[in-house]
Amino acid sequence: MSDFETVAATENQAARRGPSGEPGTPNQVGAANKPRSLAGDAWRDLRRNPIFWISLALVVIFTLMALLPGVFTANNPNDCLLSRQHAGPSGGAIFGYDFQGCDTYSRAVYGTRASLLVGALAALGTGIIALVIGMLAGYFGRWVDAVLSRVIDVVLGIPLLLAAIVLLKRVSSDSQWARIGAVVFVLALLGWTTAARVVRSSVITAKEQDYVAAARMLGAGNSRIMWRHILPNSLAPVIVVLTIALGSFIAAEATLSFLGIGLKAPTISWGQDIDTGRIHMREAATPLIVPSAFLALTVLAFIMLGDAIRDAFDPKLR
Amino acid sequence: MFRYILRRLLQMVLAFFGTTLIVYALTFAGQGDPIQALAGERPVTPAQRAYLTEKYNLDQTGVGGFFYRYFDYVKDLLQGNLGESLTGRSIGDILQQAWPVTVRLALIALAVAIIFGVSAGVIAGIRRASIFDNSTLVLTLLVLGIPTIVLAPLAQYFLGVKWQLFPPTAGSDPTFYALLLPGIVLGSLSLATALRLTRASVAENLRADYVRTARSKGLVKRRIVIVHVLRNSLIPVVTFLGVELGNLMSGAIITEGVFNIPGVGFNLFRGIRTEDGPLVVGIVSVLVVVYLVSNLVVDVLYAVLDPRIRYE
Amino acid sequence: MTVQPTPASATPEGGHLLELRDLHVEFRTNEGVARVINGVSYHLDAGETLAVLGESGSGKSVTAQAIMGILDTPPAFVRSGQILYQGQDLLTQSEEQRRQVRGKEIAMIFQDALSALNPVFPVGWQIGETLRQRAGLSRSDARRRAIELMDLVKIPGAAKRIGDYPHQFSGGMRQRVMIAMALALDPKVLIADEPTTALDVTVQAQIMDLLADLRQERDMAMILITHDLGVVAGVADRIAVMYAGRIVEHADVRSLYKAPAHPYTKGLLESIPRLDVRGEELSTIKGLPPNLMRIPSGCPFHPRCPYVQQVCVDVVPHDLVLGDGRTSACHFAQEVRDDSAAR
Repeated sequence: MSDFETVAATENQAARRGPSGEPGTPNQVGAANKPRSLAGDAWRDLRRNPIFWISLALVVIFTLMALLPGVFTANNPNDCLLSRQHAGPSGGAIFGYDFQGCDTYSRAVYGTRASLLVGALAALGTGIIALVIGMLAGYFGRWVDAVLSRVIDVVLGIPLLLAAIVLLKRVSSDSQWARIGAVVFVLALLGWTTAARVVRSSVITAKEQDYVAAARMLGAGNSRIMWRHILPNSLAPVIVVLTIALGSFIAAEATLSFLGIGLKAPTISWGQDIDTGRIHMREAATPLIVPSAFLALTVLAFIMLGDAIRDAFDPKLR
Repeated sequence: MFRYILRRLLQMVLAFFGTTLIVYALTFAGQGDPIQALAGERPVTPAQRAYLTEKYNLDQTGVGGFFYRYFDYVKDLLQGNLGESLTGRSIGDILQQAWPVTVRLALIALAVAIIFGVSAGVIAGIRRASIFDNSTLVLTLLVLGIPTIVLAPLAQYFLGVKWQLFPPTAGSDPTFYALLLPGIVLGSLSLATALRLTRASVAENLRADYVRTARSKGLVKRRIVIVHVLRNSLIPVVTFLGVELGNLMSGAIITEGVFNIPGVGFNLFRGIRTEDGPLVVGIVSVLVVVYLVSNLVVDVLYAVLDPRIRYE
Repeated sequence: MTVQPTPASATPEGGHLLELRDLHVEFRTNEGVARVINGVSYHLDAGETLAVLGESGSGKSVTAQAIMGILDTPPAFVRSGQILYQGQDLLTQSEEQRRQVRGKEIAMIFQDALSALNPVFPVGWQIGETLRQRAGLSRSDARRRAIELMDLVKIPGAAKRIGDYPHQFSGGMRQRVMIAMALALDPKVLIADEPTTALDVTVQAQIMDLLADLRQERDMAMILITHDLGVVAGVADRIAVMYAGRIVEHADVRSLYKAPAHPYTKGLLESIPRLDVRGEELSTIKGLPPNLMRIPSGCPFHPRCPYVQQVCVDVVPHDLVLGDGRTSACHFAQEVRDDSAAR
């Protein structure tokens, strides 16, 4: 709830702009019957949008950082000496050392990996759930749609943070991968609804297209029509939504780790480092500010990237 | 109107049982020692074990036992009997002390959202594509994109510790001044969302056909905007703010935790930190009810504001 | 043309109640400038009904909105021309002066009454608002007068329905509410912008009858904007046919129906199904209305015209006066008229 404030807010927003209100919103992205001019216009808009380029550059940098942290810093983030507690910058440690005497900058760089991994896996899981549920609801309609739409309503009504707390409290394992898996699972389980609505409405649009009717007349079965004709149409809008969701998931993971129920040491996570930095802010502020800046920039980069693409495809919103 | 409210009420009752069942099942069902599940990794004293066994009827077994315990839990919840935390304090008492603080904080946050968010949103909606409009769009995106766990500690550090404009922490029985900074931090997200929503709504309504009609009646522009456009535009905004007040009342876990404000969210924060299972489950259960009731209130509010829904 | 006696006080001698002179309106958008109105001139005398006929996009509604001064600027800009009301050019007046004219002198009703009425206020309140704000009536007087107006437009049980909201009325009743609202201040001119397009055929006839009766009773002048030739016949005195932002033909109803003098009008008339002519195939006008950002050279109708010659591509036709006050903007107006008359 108000502490997934970010997630909730962006999610609210996506939901509001999404299929429930204006059917035109994201499915226009995928309205493949006139893609050339639409995509062309969108690209022309994007190319002139500085926010798009800045956020794209940030996404590329952070992705590289997650893959090859060694390129960005020479120091080992786990090389900590209590004697260096809150020491000033020296050597490669351009932002000094934290409470544990670890290199603040190096820890922030190495923290990228877990954040992006959780975000990407949660977005992937969300995408899969959303595609399956959204396709079933949109394609079969009638009672399938009625039931699944109610399920979406119910899940959307669950306060995200409270549910995550209840779920994650049950994970007692401290192994790195178990915790990452648990956080991903919880985020995907609670976060798929917006994307599913987007898929559902774009499937409903695609289903009405002539070429789908033609395929059906030529004897194509349900699964073939869904796989070959409707799925490709739903991908573009859902990817835009997932880009934004990825940013929200990174924020959510950090929030859970901050609370102490997300990722735990030895995994390096910005959320945890922010919490430690916060407690000792009176002695030294950089161990708080550096991971905060990394987290904020990453989340912003994904949200702004998704937002820019969506606006370009749907200028009506501007 | 009456039938509408009745239907919503029925929906709420269903949602209540659904949600509490989920909360209950997730907390207690299945795995191993339920008492240890409640306490997390903390050792459990025999006295606590005896209390918890009795409190949650853990001596009953099987599916029947599960539902027996579930209904027992719901009965307790409805009677306001939330049991004791692992520290031995009554959870009801804890909440009674915490709620006034949380409500004050929530009202400050909401006031911030209304005063700045709604008015800036109206201006941005009227002057679409102006410099003001474009800069608010970018600013609100920034606010929406920065997680609270970044915003709250940084605001505390810069405004509280470094420049000392506000008290950095609130402590027990906080003053209005001490709640102001946390209120602004908490309200900034509602502010950004309210602003964007208001802007979109005003811009859309300014293009509506009934505005053309109002102009052709020869009304002055100010009256058209204030009476006709705002009355329509504010329907979704008021609804959003209603939901938001419900959310804020449930306590802001991060904000209250960071600023040391002894509200509901702070107690939940502490419950999670100290792995106090009964406290967490008790608070979460009550918050679910608050959430459901506030949604009902918002639905009714919506019907009051929009005649099209009222006569559905 | 039917000329009705006009009160001398309303109109300066020799002038018309309302007169448009060479009006030009354009829409400036990101994609370019659309020339929506390209030199429209027409006039309206007290108590008469002028029908303005044309396809959607021909500029008939924009002309009406320009008269009312309710165009959305931007994107719409009045480039040049005059709109004379009782001899005064409205376009040179201040916004405040124009506001005084709206509703009181010239009122307007719109096509889709559901969206044209504010959804969150009761209809009685919306009718009364005009009276309270413009005529200074008290709340209770405005309410009483609103009931009278609803009675006037024949809404059954007016006193009981005054607190109802627009969505609680049927389409026809909603349009009656719109009419009641427009009549609140006793305007001298009523502009009806496709008042029956959104309605069922039977309801259409009722609304048109109501409008005709009200116009007669109150000696109002009316501009009836429509794309439906059938609606016009019984109600209008004169017809102005618009195409691509111009008036292409202007005539009294009888002679226009008998022998249209512009190929576009001729095409429109021929595309109406007739009961008295059997066995003939219904003709349609081929092609599409022009893109207003790239209006064809010469006569804008030439790409769709069966009479097209080289001169039509090169030269913009002027209004040809055909006698009886008829004009036609076609190089071959005489031929077309004779052709039509012969059939």
